[in-house]
Amino acid sequence: MRLTVSSSPHLHAATSTSRIMGDVLISLAPSVLAASYFFGLRAFLVVVFCTALCIGLEALSCLVMKRKNTVFDGSAAVTGVLLALTLPADIPLHYTIVGCVTAIVVVKQMFGGLGCNFVNPALTARIVMLVSFPAATVGNAPNLALPDGVTGATPLSGGEVASLLDLFLGRVGGAMGEGCKIAILLGLVYLLVRRVITPVIPLVMVGTVALFSLLVGENVGFQLLSGGLLFAAVFMATDYVTTPITLKGQALYALGCGLITVLIRLYANLPEGVSYAVVLMNIVTPLIDRAFRPRPYGTVKRKRRKKK
Amino acid sequence: MMKNPFETGKPRKTRGGLPLAHHKNTAAAESVSLPVPEKVYIPMQMHIGAPCIPCVAVGDAVRVGDKIGDSDAPVSAPIHASVSGNVSGIYPMTLGGGAVSTVVEITTDGKMETADLTPPAVTDRGSFLRAVRESGLVGLGGAGFPTHIKLNVPEGKTVDTLLVNVAECESYLTGDHRTVLEDGWDVMSGVYAILRYLDIPRVLICVESNKPDAIETLRKIADSSADIGDRVRVLPLKASYPQGAEKILIKAATGREVPCGGLPADAGCIVMNVTGVAKLAVYLKTGMPLVSKRVTVDGDAVASPCNVIVPIGTPISELLAFVGLKEEPKKVLMGGPMMGIALATTGVPIVKNNNGILAFTEKGCALPPPSPCIRCGRCVGHCPMGLAPVTLAKATEREDADALASNDLLSCMECGTCAAVCPAHRPLVQSMRVGKGILREKSRKKG
Repeated sequence: MRLTVSSSPHLHAATSTSRIMGDVLISLAPSVLAASYFFGLRAFLVVVFCTALCIGLEALSCLVMKRKNTVFDGSAAVTGVLLALTLPADIPLHYTIVGCVTAIVVVKQMFGGLGCNFVNPALTARIVMLVSFPAATVGNAPNLALPDGVTGATPLSGGEVASLLDLFLGRVGGAMGEGCKIAILLGLVYLLVRRVITPVIPLVMVGTVALFSLLVGENVGFQLLSGGLLFAAVFMATDYVTTPITLKGQALYALGCGLITVLIRLYANLPEGVSYAVVLMNIVTPLIDRAFRPRPYGTVKRKRRKKK
Repeated sequence: MMKNPFETGKPRKTRGGLPLAHHKNTAAAESVSLPVPEKVYIPMQMHIGAPCIPCVAVGDAVRVGDKIGDSDAPVSAPIHASVSGNVSGIYPMTLGGGAVSTVVEITTDGKMETADLTPPAVTDRGSFLRAVRESGLVGLGGAGFPTHIKLNVPEGKTVDTLLVNVAECESYLTGDHRTVLEDGWDVMSGVYAILRYLDIPRVLICVESNKPDAIETLRKIADSSADIGDRVRVLPLKASYPQGAEKILIKAATGREVPCGGLPADAGCIVMNVTGVAKLAVYLKTGMPLVSKRVTVDGDAVASPCNVIVPIGTPISELLAFVGLKEEPKKVLMGGPMMGIALATTGVPIVKNNNGILAFTEKGCALPPPSPCIRCGRCVGHCPMGLAPVTLAKATEREDADALASNDLLSCMECGTCAAVCPAHRPLVQSMRVGKGILREKSRKKG
């Protein structure tokens, strides 16, 4: 009888990294469909192009860097879809190549691959594109759901103010994924039901923006429904790799995300700040993790212990 | 001051843990006795502490209950013959856990004749603790810590609660459950002996709620007139792994925490496994020491899973042959799937603290390959000890002893919860063990 000897435990979770990534992809499906509905087939093309490119770059990076091929864990596909949804539908495809290379090759693989990137790859890529090609990344794609085709960037940049209902349904210009709030909320519910994420980060982040807007007398509904806040709070700020590991740490992190977002929006020289907010908080994450360690069983609180 | 669970009948909240698939396939079936094996191999080290020295020689005739090994060391527990027959060899042998111990090989005569046993004379605390020592009892749920040491609470510490552990939170295992159903009154008289001689005011019998019939049986006994002064309560616990781990059980049953590096007595508790309590009662009544164990035999390679009452020292291969194998197992575990030891060979004997033998086929024991950590934080959220396994595993990788110590690695009890919930299937428990080795190495160099 030849027996296998291995370390305990001998039971393992039925879940896996690829299943989690699959769940994230499913949760993004409503947003992809909504984008295709509001901005036409071109939107779908951008999503497919970015996703395929990210997968290809991941495979190529693994080959060049002599790593195990990690394409099948699905994380590259998630990055591709996320990046595409932060872009406008009329983005020239050759610009997205810069974004995909930044996300997969520079931010993810050069720092050690899955789990080692210290900032969100898709958001960082979007920021790089925004700085490199400001006009094209903000975009000018007409929204097909409106008779005259609303053009222009996010409503946050001023001009004619859309109604809250239009903002909620997604009958606005701007990035493809951030428009339709129904699709985002569907994705959120799916992620919560599948226990991929907890409600802490989205709730605290959105709540912070709402509270701050209320305090300074801004239109709370407009602040919540316009721009990429909801999309980032559900899909970007909840990225495991770049967020704190304890719930308390996540709450502080989400508070920071919300605060920086609303400060940039209201007092800085930029129309939208959610990408910067999340990436800045990503950078602070290791510090939050050190400050918010759980209290081990049988010990007194850490501060008191140090004094001893 | 919050009311304690003894009054409320409800457990306190504990941190983390996970709901396991129960697989308690053997809970409903009456235990069966193993036919007398041809040979038994009784190790002289089945407990924490000093190994016993054989007090028999090759050729000696022994009967069930005869003492065959003892030690003068304070922390040890005597060992008794589990069958009648002749000592046919005394030699070193590698046991299931990998340690080498002297074993006494007894060739049985098949008669199972018992020695001339008399119940011990117990009148006070001292004679009670001596009797516990002579019974050969050790912690039957886990590590095998000698019971007489555990019950001997050091001067200056007050114990106000005895916790009887019937949590049995591991999958598959049902030995403690069957002990309650089949030997419920033994449990009760054991509990009362401990209360009387150690002067402990109250007892909580802690049972996971997935054993309603055990709770009912125990409640019936505890509510009967046998419970003088209403000192015994049954506390149903949430069925959540690792609810039966000593420290977690104390937290759930009293709301107190054992200080880091301390003993249960520091939290005013003594925890005893229910089978140990029942065995103690039998010894006090008849003088029969610990010579057999109820062992759950299960797993997808086993033809007829059941609880088997096995003489200590029986080779595991005989036990497996008795229950029958559907197909050749690929992995045989000594203990439950969360903390059990995977055996390299089934020739090793059953020891005192064995409570399950699980045999799995290739399909039943397949482990998914590990992938990179995605920092999802599940291990942190589920750790019952409030540790951050992800941080510890990374500190182990870079052999950072300072980080391991400051992140409380030594609090880790290797329950396996972190590794079981990890979506990347990281070998976290192995990392903890390697990390503890790094810490040991460091303190050795210092000292």
